[in-house]
Amino acid sequence: MNPRVAQIKTQAETSLAEFFSARASTGAHEAARQKAVALFAEKGLPHRRVEAWHYTDLRNLMREAWPLAAPAAAKVAANDGLRVDIVDGACAGLPRALPAGLTIRALRDVLAKADAALIAQLFPEAGSHDSVVALNAGLARDGVVVETAAGVKIDTPIELAFTTGQGAPRSDMSRCLVIAGAGSSATIIETHASAARAQRNSALVCWLGEGAGVDHVFETTDASPELHVASLIVDVGARASFQSFGFIAHGDLLRRQCFIRQSGEYAKIGLRGVCLLKGKQHADTTLAIEHAVPQGESRELFKHIIMGEASGVYQGKVLVRPGAQKTDGGMKSQALLLSDDAAMYNKPELEIYADDVVCGHGATIGELDADQVFYLMSRGLPKARAEGVLIEAFAREAIEFVGNETARARFEETLSAWLEARS
Amino acid sequence: MLEIRNLHARVGDKQILHGVTLCVKAGEVAAIMGPNGSGKSTLSYVIAGRAGYEVTEGEVLLDGENILDMPPNERAAKGLFLAFQYPLEIPGVTTHTFLRAAMNAQRKQRGEAELTVPAFMKVMNAGAEKLGIAKDMLRRGLNVGFSGGEKKRLEVLQMALLEPRFGILDETDSGLDIDALRIVAEGVNALRSAARGFLVITHYQRLLDYIVPDSVHVLSAGRVVKSGGKELAHELEKNGYRDYVADAA
Repeated sequence: MNPRVAQIKTQAETSLAEFFSARASTGAHEAARQKAVALFAEKGLPHRRVEAWHYTDLRNLMREAWPLAAPAAAKVAANDGLRVDIVDGACAGLPRALPAGLTIRALRDVLAKADAALIAQLFPEAGSHDSVVALNAGLARDGVVVETAAGVKIDTPIELAFTTGQGAPRSDMSRCLVIAGAGSSATIIETHASAARAQRNSALVCWLGEGAGVDHVFETTDASPELHVASLIVDVGARASFQSFGFIAHGDLLRRQCFIRQSGEYAKIGLRGVCLLKGKQHADTTLAIEHAVPQGESRELFKHIIMGEASGVYQGKVLVRPGAQKTDGGMKSQALLLSDDAAMYNKPELEIYADDVVCGHGATIGELDADQVFYLMSRGLPKARAEGVLIEAFAREAIEFVGNETARARFEETLSAWLEARS
Repeated sequence: MLEIRNLHARVGDKQILHGVTLCVKAGEVAAIMGPNGSGKSTLSYVIAGRAGYEVTEGEVLLDGENILDMPPNERAAKGLFLAFQYPLEIPGVTTHTFLRAAMNAQRKQRGEAELTVPAFMKVMNAGAEKLGIAKDMLRRGLNVGFSGGEKKRLEVLQMALLEPRFGILDETDSGLDIDALRIVAEGVNALRSAARGFLVITHYQRLLDYIVPDSVHVLSAGRVVKSGGKELAHELEKNGYRDYVADAA
């Protein structure tokens, strides 16, 4: 008799386990894969009793797992600019030409070469305890590897465009790796679309060398997948700066989870975002920021604007390890609820084991200020316009942090259109 | 021009206006004075259309048209302007963006063409200069970090740009030093014309030395209890509101 009480597997969990066993041995990273498979076998899909997933009960929400997308054609298109296409989880397009100091390769080609150092970087410890990250580690076969050489400044943004082919519902898994050399700088823009009904599990792993700067943007598109878990796993070296902005306005069910580790002194981390939610959308932004060494700085600013029956989640956890003195952390999450049925779960958390730190957080959930609306209306602005002016101002406080001007303008346009559709 | 007829209003369960009747003709400046809690600010909010103020009886006519069923923005487009006692701070909306949005919203509701940016900048800068408003203030968030005096000057600038038919000044003198008071009063006086009316709400006679009213009305316990000429303000300054509070009670 087996004394362990095993949790009954859901249909989705059973299918996912079958996907694992259907995958052939992957060679060089098989050890990492097996570890992930074992973790998933033990934990299954995360549910509301897993604290980090309390407000997004994936086990309950994901009734079935759609079949893994078929491997894409081996042919890789040559794209203009610095655009990378990830279709059905596979690298399907790479830039035709690259500036000096920038390398972009399909992950499958990198894995085939069995470079032990790169493989170690592809599966970092951070985030590996999360069963959706494990699922990704066990099932993703492709993606892209971006490397910037020391001291190189890449001015053109590198676009990672994720989509699917057309056809039956599917799940797609991909893992991308960015290695920013010491003193290099680059902008990475991650966009998500889908031509079919899709469950997407994407992971982006970044390593920032000393003094490197990475400006990352995550954005949904109007063709976003129905279910998407996007994991961002970052290691920020000494004096490096990692800035990430999430603009979420589409998709039915989206979980964005960021595991960010400050591993070098004087590093800066900035995580910001705007979520525009309506209908029955659900978007969850969960951050785990770890200050492992002294003199780190982290800033978080998230704005949720929610109407209809939509719900938003913000969980921001800052962990300051023993000895990580002089850490300077500031977190703010604000939500504006525009309807009676809109919901927001706001949970900032500080876990501090060093005594000489400055860390603060603020979380608010509220409605539009009726007095401000009246003031604007008394000057002639119709109600919808007055409210729009206030909502835009609320969101702009975060949007103005988007470093890339084109992306910033795009977000402002999306916001205006979203507000327009509201009235 | 502005006719208030037997106006009764309450906030929640509390009846505050108990039948205010007052008529202000075009070209006239009427002053409303009264003790704390007499209903002065309530009167201004009811006329401007603030939510939460329920009119239980009576009407307010602007140029013969009852405005009480209109939302605040339509009242504004008809030419009503309220200079707030406590102008609101709106972070993230720059003052000049707000001014332009307000002017164009009113023009649009009246079926007029919107102002171009250069045309708007020209009138805004000219108006700001007259009121001693620094240009960098116009680039800041609306009223954010403004002193009390700066906020009141900005209210008068808004009024000058919006060119209302009828202006209500709700304790525009509160929080102003003597120099700012003079500048604000000059701004208001420059807008006085045969076609425009004003209702000036104040506690003190001081403002009325600068904005000389045509009539003075004492509001007490939600009613106009005495009306007279500008000399009434001086009498109140000397004797206080005691007599009128007693009358009402």
